[in-house]
Amino acid sequence: MYRTKFFDHVILLFGVFIMVAPVVVAFMTSTHEAADIHRNGLSLTWGGHFVETYETVLTRKGGFTGKITGLNMMMNSMILGLGFAVGKIVLSMLAAYAIVYFRFRLGTFFFWIIFTTLLLPLEVRILPSYEVMNTLKLTNTYTGLIVPLLASATGTFYFRQFFKSVPDELLEAARIDGAGPFKFFIDVLVPLSRTMMAAIFIIMFVYGWNQYLWPTLMTTDEGFFTLVRGIKQILLVWVGSNIPDYNEAFALAILAMLPPVLIVVIFQRWFIKGLTESDK
Amino acid sequence: MTTGTERLPATRGGTATDGRRSGALRLFGGKAKGGDEAAKRVQFSSPYLPYLFLAPQLAIIFVFFYWPSIQAIQSSFYLEDPFGFGSTFVGMANYTDVLKSGEYLGIARFTAIFTALVTFFALSIGLLLAVKADGVIRGNASYKTLLIWVYAIAPPVAGLIGMMFFDQHIGPIVELARWFGWDIKVGLNYSDTAFAMIVVSVWKQIPYNFIFFLSGLQGIPVAVREAAAMDCRSGFRRFWTVILPLLAPTAFFLLIINVTYALFDTFGVIDVMVKDKAANNPITLVYKVYMDGFRGNDLGGSSAQSVILMLIVFVLTIFQFRFIERRVHYN
Repeated sequence: MYRTKFFDHVILLFGVFIMVAPVVVAFMTSTHEAADIHRNGLSLTWGGHFVETYETVLTRKGGFTGKITGLNMMMNSMILGLGFAVGKIVLSMLAAYAIVYFRFRLGTFFFWIIFTTLLLPLEVRILPSYEVMNTLKLTNTYTGLIVPLLASATGTFYFRQFFKSVPDELLEAARIDGAGPFKFFIDVLVPLSRTMMAAIFIIMFVYGWNQYLWPTLMTTDEGFFTLVRGIKQILLVWVGSNIPDYNEAFALAILAMLPPVLIVVIFQRWFIKGLTESDK
Repeated sequence: MTTGTERLPATRGGTATDGRRSGALRLFGGKAKGGDEAAKRVQFSSPYLPYLFLAPQLAIIFVFFYWPSIQAIQSSFYLEDPFGFGSTFVGMANYTDVLKSGEYLGIARFTAIFTALVTFFALSIGLLLAVKADGVIRGNASYKTLLIWVYAIAPPVAGLIGMMFFDQHIGPIVELARWFGWDIKVGLNYSDTAFAMIVVSVWKQIPYNFIFFLSGLQGIPVAVREAAAMDCRSGFRRFWTVILPLLAPTAFFLLIINVTYALFDTFGVIDVMVKDKAANNPITLVYKVYMDGFRGNDLGGSSAQSVILMLIVFVLTIFQFRFIERRVHYN
C-alpha cells in the first residue's frame, strides 16, 4: 500500500515539475541581464535585476513606432478582459431570461439562431469578419476588439441551463406578490445567479485576456496592442539583433500571464465549478 | 454498474445539488431537441419584452456571425480581381484548386498528425495525473492548484516560453537533446519545429483535461469504487475494467474539445514559433487560411478553405451533440 502511494506521489511531483518549472525558469531568467542570459543560458537562480527589467518593460516605449509601454498594453488587456467578461454576462443573461421565462411565438426560432453560433468558432471566418470590421470602420477600436468576440452562444447556454434549474415556485410566488418581469429579474434572478456569474466571469476574463488571433488582425495601431498581442512584436524586433533582449521577453511573458493566473488560482473553486458544469 | 455509467455525466460537477443535476439533464435534452419540453410551468407573456431582451445578443450575432459567415461562403465561389476591380463567379474552381494543391494536402496531412498527437498526449497525461491526484489524500489540494494553473496562460505566451526552451543558444531542451546526439533546430528543421509545437501545445492543454478527468473521477460513487476494490485486487485491472468505462463520457467530451483545441486554439503557438515564415515550417489549416487571406491576399482561396474548415467543425459538433442526445436518452 505504501509503495503505490509513494509512486503516485513521484508521478504527481513529476507532473507538477513539468507544469511549473518552465514558468519558474522564465521568471528567474527575467531577473538576469540579457548578455548574461546569452552567455550562460536559462537560469534557476535570482539574477538581481528584477526592478530594472520590469521597470523598463512597463514604462519604456517599445515596438516599431515607440508608441506604447508595457503598462499601456496591460491596460488594453484589462479593457479587453473586463469588457468581454461583462459584455458576455449581460448579453447572455438577458437573452437566456427571454428564452426561459417568456412565452413568445418566435422563441424556438431565436433559440436556434443563437444555438447555431456554437457550430463555427471565430477562427474559421476570420477573413470575412475582418472585411466586415473594415466596412464598419471598426478596426483599431475597442469596440472592434471586444464586440465580435461576443458573437457566440456559450454564455447564453450556460445561463439558460441555470435558469431552468431555478424552482418554478419562485416565479409563482413572485407573481402572487405582484412582481413584474423586471422586478423578478433584478430582485430574484440576479441575486440567485451570483455564484454562476462569478464563475462565468472568471472563465470569460481569462478567455478575453488571452485572445491573440483577433487582436492581431484588428489592431495595427500599437496604441491598441494587448500584452498577448505584443508578444509577437517583441519577437519580430529580435530578428537581426546581436543579443536579443531575452530578459525583457521573459518579463513580458510573466506580466502577460500574471493576472489570469492569479484569478484562476485565487478563485479556483468557482473556476472549476464554472468550467465543469457549463460544458464549455 | 450500468446506473453508474449513465449518471456520470450529470454528476460531473461533483458538488451539484440534486435539483441542479436534473436541471442540467433537462438542458441537455432541450439542447439536443430544440428546447421546449422542459419549459417553465409559468411564464411571463409580453408582446415586446422578450424581443427587447434578445435584441442585443441577436444584433451582435447577425452582424458579427451571420454576415461574415455568409460572406465567406459567397466569396468562396468568386475570384477576386487582384487590382480590386470587382470579382468573377468561378463556381467550384476555388475548391478544386485548393483540394488539388499538393501544398494544401501536405498541410492537411500535417494538421491531422498534429491534432492526433496533441490530443493523444494531452488526454493521456491529463488522465494519468488525474487518476493519481484522485488516489492520494495528502497534498491533494496543492497538487490540484499546481497542476491547473497553466490553464490561464495564453497559447502565444506558452509559445514564447517554448521558443526559449528550444532556443539554439540558450535552450535547455536543445542542450539535453544534443547530449543524446540530436541536434534540434527549431525554425529551420521541419520535424524539429513540429516537435517543439507539439510539446508546447500538449503542455498548455494538460490542465484542462486534468480538471475534467479529476471531477469525472470524483463523480464516481463511493459504493462503486468499494465494490470494485473488493472484486478486483489489481489496481491496474480495476482501472481498465471499472473506472475507465465510467469515465468514457468525460473522455469523449474531452476528445472533441481537444481536437478543436489542436485545430484552432494552437494558432498562437504556431504563429509565435514560425513568425510569419511559413516556408519549410509545419503549419496547420487555420494558419494557412490566415496566411492566404492576410499575407497572400487570396480572398477566394482563403474563403474556400474557411468553408472547408467550417464543414469539419460542423461534423465534429454534430457528432458531439448526437452523443449528448444519446447520453440523455439513457436517462
